[in-house]
Amino acid sequence: MTLPRGLTRRDFFMKLGILFNGIAASILAVPIVRYLLSPVTRERKAGYDSWIPLGNLEQFPSGETRLATYRNPVVNSWDGDTADIACWVRNVDGQTFQVFAINCAHLGCPVRWFPQSGLFMCPCHGGAYYQDGSRASGPPERGLFEYTYRIDGGKILIKAGEMPTPGQASNIVREIRPCV
Amino acid sequence: MRLIKSVGEWLDARLQLGSSIRETMEHPVPRETASWFYVFGSAAFVVFLLQIVTGIMLALIYVPSAGEAWNSLQTLNHNVALGWFIRGLHGWGSNFMVAIVLIHMVQVFLFGAYKYPRELTWIVGVLLLLVTLGMAFTGQVLRFDQDAYWGLGIGASIASRVPLVGPSIVNLMLGGPIIAGATLSRFFALHVFVVPGLLIAFVAVHLLMVLKLGINEWPMPGRVVRKATYIKDYHALTQKDGLPFVPGAIWKDLFFAAFILLSIAACAAYFGPFGPSGPPDPTIIQTAPRPDFFFLWLYAVLSLLPPSMETPALLIGPVVVILALLLLPFLFGEGEKSWRRRPIAVLTILLVAVALGTFTRLAGNAPWSPVMDAWSGVPIPPEFLHSRTALERQGALVFQVKQCHNCHSLDNQGGKRGPALDAVAVRLTQDQLIRQVIQGGGNMPAYGKNLSPAETTALVAFLETLHPAGQSPARDASRAVALGTEAGGPPTTDQ
Repeated sequence: MTLPRGLTRRDFFMKLGILFNGIAASILAVPIVRYLLSPVTRERKAGYDSWIPLGNLEQFPSGETRLATYRNPVVNSWDGDTADIACWVRNVDGQTFQVFAINCAHLGCPVRWFPQSGLFMCPCHGGAYYQDGSRASGPPERGLFEYTYRIDGGKILIKAGEMPTPGQASNIVREIRPCV
Repeated sequence: MRLIKSVGEWLDARLQLGSSIRETMEHPVPRETASWFYVFGSAAFVVFLLQIVTGIMLALIYVPSAGEAWNSLQTLNHNVALGWFIRGLHGWGSNFMVAIVLIHMVQVFLFGAYKYPRELTWIVGVLLLLVTLGMAFTGQVLRFDQDAYWGLGIGASIASRVPLVGPSIVNLMLGGPIIAGATLSRFFALHVFVVPGLLIAFVAVHLLMVLKLGINEWPMPGRVVRKATYIKDYHALTQKDGLPFVPGAIWKDLFFAAFILLSIAACAAYFGPFGPSGPPDPTIIQTAPRPDFFFLWLYAVLSLLPPSMETPALLIGPVVVILALLLLPFLFGEGEKSWRRRPIAVLTILLVAVALGTFTRLAGNAPWSPVMDAWSGVPIPPEFLHSRTALERQGALVFQVKQCHNCHSLDNQGGKRGPALDAVAVRLTQDQLIRQVIQGGGNMPAYGKNLSPAETTALVAFLETLHPAGQSPARDASRAVALGTEAGGPPTTDQ
């Protein structure tokens, strides 16, 4: 075997050894990276969302907005209370509903409903929304996040499972309403 | 004594570290650097050691599980002997460490220490600032309470705004679709393994370079840094007017470090540990999350930026700031070191300090947040109700019931989100008041749908009484002419 000039047998074996370690590192990197990315890739195919019952329709009287809670569908036994998620259910007219995420569309703080003034107010940065979830004032660029709902067997169900955030694909429809 | 000496000799015969340690200790430093201005770096290091020790002690009890973390903090506070004090030391140590790192940074910036040949020392220092802030943020998450939970939500909402990969970053950050067990576990791994590992590595490189390159000499106006001559000049300075680091300079470091440790202990003993606040149950929405002290300025910025500026500012701002810090030694690697000859440097520090201080102070009382319980909990001061008509008092009732008080103050009580209304009648005429209430505008929601004509009439009648004694309310002169009456009569409801 002819070796390039200046490359001794020992140099060659050292470089071969480095190459072997490079190959080993690349092979190990595949499962490590897949493990690290599992929150993104694992359940993406099916999506995190599923249909969750919020309760009987009688709990949500017509014309009123009430707080509902549900247990998140993707859950571990050690999640404790953090897997209990709240949302606002608005019974518009006995027929149609709106279900709003608890998270402000600005930076995710919990909005509170004030029936007297018909506003949702956020305690963090001062966002406010009208009763139909549209933006009333403050830093949010859009209205409240809304869950898809359906009525089944006298119960209201929503499609949920992932914390809504401003950049999420399902939420990118921006509704910038100027303050009138 | 002889035993200690012989054990020492036995060890050194094998370790062979003695001579290099002695050399390091006795290396000459410029005389003027044995100064109280040069103690912050070593103090930050000592506080970091305290954080390691107290962190390990907390890890003996703390449970990094979303379901149990809060309970284990309660146990530390109440059921473990002096657990509250160790938590206090770790929490106050964190605040002191961020503060000292910032002071150290300001000092080396004003003393021109980032200039040739210490560019890399500065860059590693910038990385140390970032990992220190990373420790502060991840540590705030491990105090797994309401503030931590909603703080994570804010972090996720910011991360989600990154174009294209935002939602994936959120899943990666939370370890799943929601803030839950996986989120706390990964922040525990970051706070306890990853970030401290980086911190130790960076500190080692930082210290090594300080020893190899020598401590920055005291800057003298007119003593200009030139790459061609600096190293020779520095060595001449340490030869001519140097003194050994130990004990010449180190005694001030030791005094200051002890003073800081005692201050942390005093704060921990007097003020106690931080929280935890309410349990991390997202169905408890009666909460007003606030970040820890060193992130308060960010909270203010997020409230005050115009909505359209927010995403660009959040995503581009940090990159610009970090890049500017990293590029600083390359752009200004030579020249004057003394702050007396660098007015722009001094003004930059003043500007940044005043800005951060103002934002932090503003965030302390958060005037942009509605006072969520002012409508039910903060009464209208009696002087606003004295000798008022029934209609005006009815209007005061509407003011409370419709939560106007959450955003508007009377006699400095109530929300500060909107303007104070003590003298609103001087600013707005009756028609303007009606229009503002019904249509909103200027960051005020429209109340048209939620006020009956009678309620609007009463409310505006009350608002019209809000003017200082002796100062008459604003009037629309043309209206008086049109109606053929004196303005200021009962408001009309034909809006």
